[in-house]
Amino acid sequence: MYDINKIYEANSVEDAVRLRMEEPQARIIAGGSDLLISIRAGDLAGCDLISIYTIDELRGVSLDDDGTIRIGSLTSFAAVTKNEIIQKYVRVLGEAADKVGGPQIRNIGTIGGNTCNGVTSADTASTLMAYDAIIELTGSEGKRLVPIEEFYLRAKRVDIHPDEIQTAILIRPESYRGYEGFYYKYAMRGAMDIATSGCSANVKLSEDKKTIVDARICYGVAGPIPMRTRSAEQAVKGLPVSKEIVEAFAAGALQDVNPRTSWRATKEFRLHIQGELARRCLTESINRAGGIWS
Amino acid sequence: MIEKQFKTITFTLNGKQVTTSVDMRESLSDMLRNDFGLTSVKKGCEVGECGACTVLVNGEVFASCIFLAIWADGKDVLTVEGLVDVDGTISDIQQAFIDETAVQCGFCTPGFIMSAEHLLRTGKRYTRDELRKELAGNMCRCTGYHNIINAVEKAMNARLAKKAGKE
Repeated sequence: MYDINKIYEANSVEDAVRLRMEEPQARIIAGGSDLLISIRAGDLAGCDLISIYTIDELRGVSLDDDGTIRIGSLTSFAAVTKNEIIQKYVRVLGEAADKVGGPQIRNIGTIGGNTCNGVTSADTASTLMAYDAIIELTGSEGKRLVPIEEFYLRAKRVDIHPDEIQTAILIRPESYRGYEGFYYKYAMRGAMDIATSGCSANVKLSEDKKTIVDARICYGVAGPIPMRTRSAEQAVKGLPVSKEIVEAFAAGALQDVNPRTSWRATKEFRLHIQGELARRCLTESINRAGGIWS
Repeated sequence: MIEKQFKTITFTLNGKQVTTSVDMRESLSDMLRNDFGLTSVKKGCEVGECGACTVLVNGEVFASCIFLAIWADGKDVLTVEGLVDVDGTISDIQQAFIDETAVQCGFCTPGFIMSAEHLLRTGKRYTRDELRKELAGNMCRCTGYHNIINAVEKAMNARLAKKAGKE
C-alpha cells in the first residue's frame, strides 16, 4: 500500500482540468516512476494524486499537416523509441528515450512526465531542448504553447498553471528538417542509472556537406535544468566541417556550462566529460549528416 | 485517519476474467499477492529497480510494484502462474532455467522468467548482447547472469526452431 491520502482518476483531458481546479493540492501522476518512488521514500507521503495515466488520447505520435511532430504526453519511452515517425525524423529522440532505466521503466515512464518533473538529468529533455520543442498545455481557457526552454523555470519547477496539464510535445518542421543529431548519456552503468551528464547535439549542414549551417547542443546535469550552450552554437555557425571547429565547439560549450558537485560526481569531473561529450556528439552528428571533413 | 477508497475493477488475469474490489492506494504487486495469492510476484526493492515483481500487462513488461492496481482495469495481466499448464506442467522457459542452473536463491527468477517470456513471444532472434540489454531491468545477486542468459538463449532457439519447423 502506498502512503497516498486520496486518488482522483481523470478519464479525459477536461476531467483532468476540472480535477486540477477542484483539488489544487493534488499532484498529477502520469506513469508514476518518479512520483511513486518519492511517495515510497516518504518525501511525498500522504499526498493527494490526480491520475491521468489512463487518458489514452494522450498517447501516440503523429505528424500534423504542416509537418509538426506531435508526441502525446503519455507516450511511453518505449513507444517513442519504436515509433516510425520518430525513427524517420528525429531518431536521436528515440535513441535518448532508449537510454532511460531498463525495459520496465521505459514502458511505464512517459515523455511528458520526463519533462514535467523538471529534472536536469532527464534523458529525453536535453534532446527535446536541442530540437527547440514546444510544450502544449491544456487548461480551462484552452491550449497554451510554451517553448521548452521557457517551460523549465528552475530545478524541479516548470511552467504549468494550476488548472493545466501537459498534453503534448511538439517539434516544428523547421527544427528537425535537414538536421541530424546524437545523444550521449554518460553514467556509471549501462542501464538502470541516472546520467552523470548527458549531451544532445544536432547539426544542419550546407548542401555540399562541407559547412555547418546550424548547430545546437543541450546538456543534462550541466546546471539545475537542461541547458543549451549558445557560445558553442555561435562558435561554429557558417564554418567549415573540421576537427578545429569541433574543438572550438567544445571550448564554447565549457564557457556556458555550470555543473555542480553532487554525490554522483564532482564539478571538475563533470566539466571534463562535458568537453568530451561536446566533441563526440558534434562529430557523430556531422558524420550522421554526411559531413565532408576538411 | 485516511478514509478507505475502493474501486471495482475487471481485468484478465492469467487468461481468466476477474473482478475485484481494490483499495485505490494499492500497487499491482500487492493486489496480485494478497488478493489473488500469486506469490510468484516478488516484492524486492518496491521502487522499480530490481525487476523481481515483473509481470506482463497487455504483453509488455512492467514492474508491478510501481504500477497502481487500479490501472489494471480492462487490461490483460500475466504472471508466472499463468505460464503453467492446467495439469501442472511448467513452460519451456521455466524448464530452461532449471536445465541451465539459472536459479540459485530463486527470488529474482519469476521476474526474469516474465521478462524472458516477453522476449520469446516477440518471435525475434536476439544476440546475447541484445538479451543482456533486454534483461537489464532484472537483477540477480546470485548467478552472475551467465546461466540466465544461457537459459533464455536456449529457450529462444528451441522456440524459433519449433516455429521454423511448422512453417
